Amino acid sequence: MYRPILAALVAASLTTVTAFAAGEHDTPVPPRQKWSFSGPFGHFDRGQLQRGFKVYREVCATCHGLNLLSFRNLSALGYSEAQVKQIASEYKVQDGPNDQGEMFERPGRPADRFPPPATWKNEAQARMLYSGTVPPDMSVIAKARTYERGFPWFIFDMFTQYQEQGPDYLVALLTGYEEKPPAGVTLPGTLQYNKYFPGHGIAMPPPLSNDRVTYEDGTPQTTEQLAKDVTAFLMWAAEPHLETRKRIGFQVMVFLIVFAGLMYFTKKKVWASAH
Amino acid sequence: MSGHSTYQPQHPFMKWMEARLPIAGLVYSSFVAYPTPRNLNYWWTFGGILTFMLAVQIITGIVLAMHYTPHVDHAFNSVEHIMRDVNFGWLLRYLHANGASMFFLAAYIHMFRGMYYGSYKEPREVLWILGVILLLLMIATGFMGYVLPWGQMSFWAATVITNLFSAIPGVGEPIVTWLWGGYAVGNPTLNRFYSLHYLLPFVIAGVVGLHIWALHVVGQNNPAGVEPKSDKDTVAFTPYATIKDGFLMVCFLILYAWFVFYMPNYMGHADNYIPANPSVTPMHIVPEWYYLPFYAILRAIPSKLGGVMALGASIFILALLPWLDTSRVRSARYRPLYRQFFWIFVAVCLGLGWLGAKPAEGGYVIAARVLTLYYFAHFIIILPVLGFIEKTKPLPNSISESILAPKSAGTMS
Repeated sequence: MYRPILAALVAASLTTVTAFAAGEHDTPVPPRQKWSFSGPFGHFDRGQLQRGFKVYREVCATCHGLNLLSFRNLSALGYSEAQVKQIASEYKVQDGPNDQGEMFERPGRPADRFPPPATWKNEAQARMLYSGTVPPDMSVIAKARTYERGFPWFIFDMFTQYQEQGPDYLVALLTGYEEKPPAGVTLPGTLQYNKYFPGHGIAMPPPLSNDRVTYEDGTPQTTEQLAKDVTAFLMWAAEPHLETRKRIGFQVMVFLIVFAGLMYFTKKKVWASAH
Repeated sequence: MSGHSTYQPQHPFMKWMEARLPIAGLVYSSFVAYPTPRNLNYWWTFGGILTFMLAVQIITGIVLAMHYTPHVDHAFNSVEHIMRDVNFGWLLRYLHANGASMFFLAAYIHMFRGMYYGSYKEPREVLWILGVILLLLMIATGFMGYVLPWGQMSFWAATVITNLFSAIPGVGEPIVTWLWGGYAVGNPTLNRFYSLHYLLPFVIAGVVGLHIWALHVVGQNNPAGVEPKSDKDTVAFTPYATIKDGFLMVCFLILYAWFVFYMPNYMGHADNYIPANPSVTPMHIVPEWYYLPFYAILRAIPSKLGGVMALGASIFILALLPWLDTSRVRSARYRPLYRQFFWIFVAVCLGLGWLGAKPAEGGYVIAARVLTLYYFAHFIIILPVLGFIEKTKPLPNSISESILAPKSAGTMS
């Protein structure tokens, strides 16, 4: 009596689980990348950030804003004060109104925010131009994207400190385009097929390709490399105090562990008299 | 806070003060001379940890409020301003956001400890009910705090949760409009949530005062579940309990710092770094982890009103626990059957938590229904019946005897 019921229950639960698994996994898991900023001693690679900034500036900035960042923040990328001034002055920034009540354009200064992309004036226009979507601002995008880790991985992540799902997803997305959608899949309008994008139809055409950006430091200019560099730059943009956070974290940890040890032995001594 | 103070002021000023406002005597009798059972284990240190976490949340919160702008057009960017431009603003915000998680973690451990050792039983019913009220206040405060950054999850959590009130027959819709301060979640909603998020922690602090007061009237329960009978059964709060609480608090801080400094967004949701957008609904609207079991119960019921009632009942039923548990024995140490059901209940709560994060479809819904049913059955069937049928182990005559006796297997201590 008892066995068949149990067997039926197990079979039923197994079929539901596999049915779910099939539904969830038609989007592949983004491959794990090696990041200099991962782990407890993580730090940004200044050269990579500068390359990534170049990619942002020459490719992404056409459509994507970076409205939470100012030019002065770029000094964290290893640029000198003069270089930051120079970079800022290469941008046109709207200012005003002046004495005549007119808005005017002037070269940027370090205190200015990055100007919005020039290709679209407002969201309505962006929707008209880009298949009904608005190119998202990129200031915190490295923290605003992720993929689901699922059980039991999310528990292991707590111990391994794996939290670069966002950057890994971004690299996968930037390199995950396919020229033709797989057989049987048709995408509406001008949407492109991307393996990693939820739903696969993405309005952004493949932004990167080999040699799309010229590096001055001799780093290979492959799509993959460009994607990694710009993602590292975006991680810095999203979490500019990451290095300070991890550095202070280590000091706090050392302090707390020593403190806990002292507390433990004090506690033992105090309680020795109570027994 | 009870009985006569044994505090004898030495300094002339303290004597003068004690005759006018005996606050030093109150502190002395409550936190120095106060007798605590000598067999308390580390599960008893979470009350102190919770008080500490409340202080952390209030202090970091007050400073964050100095830099935050409660307006739908500025809230998201003002939080980013804190993260980028305010000196150590990132630290304050991560301490506060992860502090909420740590607060709930400690509260849940504290509650499960109370359940395991029967700390809610006579004469501690009011103490327990005050704890349930504290949980309710924490839930409300945490929810409103989550709305303040005005990201996608903030906005949609606010929409989903306030909409629950529309399930109330007849007056539901007007109540929701009144809660929103408009016909949709908007600026008035954000403003009142901010106001209440600032207010409620002080209400919590007040109820914590009552909770501690009630505790000091009835005294602490202990792992043996028998009341202290002589001086041999207790030790002074200071230094014994203080140092023990202090040690575990530092260990707890290590866990807290691990998240704050190394994975500050682990317990958050990526979607909340996307500014709120009323015209785009996120694929899955998921609350913070500490609400997931309740969220699973809410969604397990097919009708909206039923779900809301089950959600409310799942918390309210905790307040009835002192009367639903019919056993005369407090501690699960001496209740072999209850001990097993306790751990099943813990597993059910964790299972509900996992299901709360899953989409409400297919097998997940069925599992959530089974576990919801069990959650309530634990309180209305298992606990009342156990008291009558369970054969409990003999209780020790005193706390000191329980320490000297060989430890029974499988206890939490």
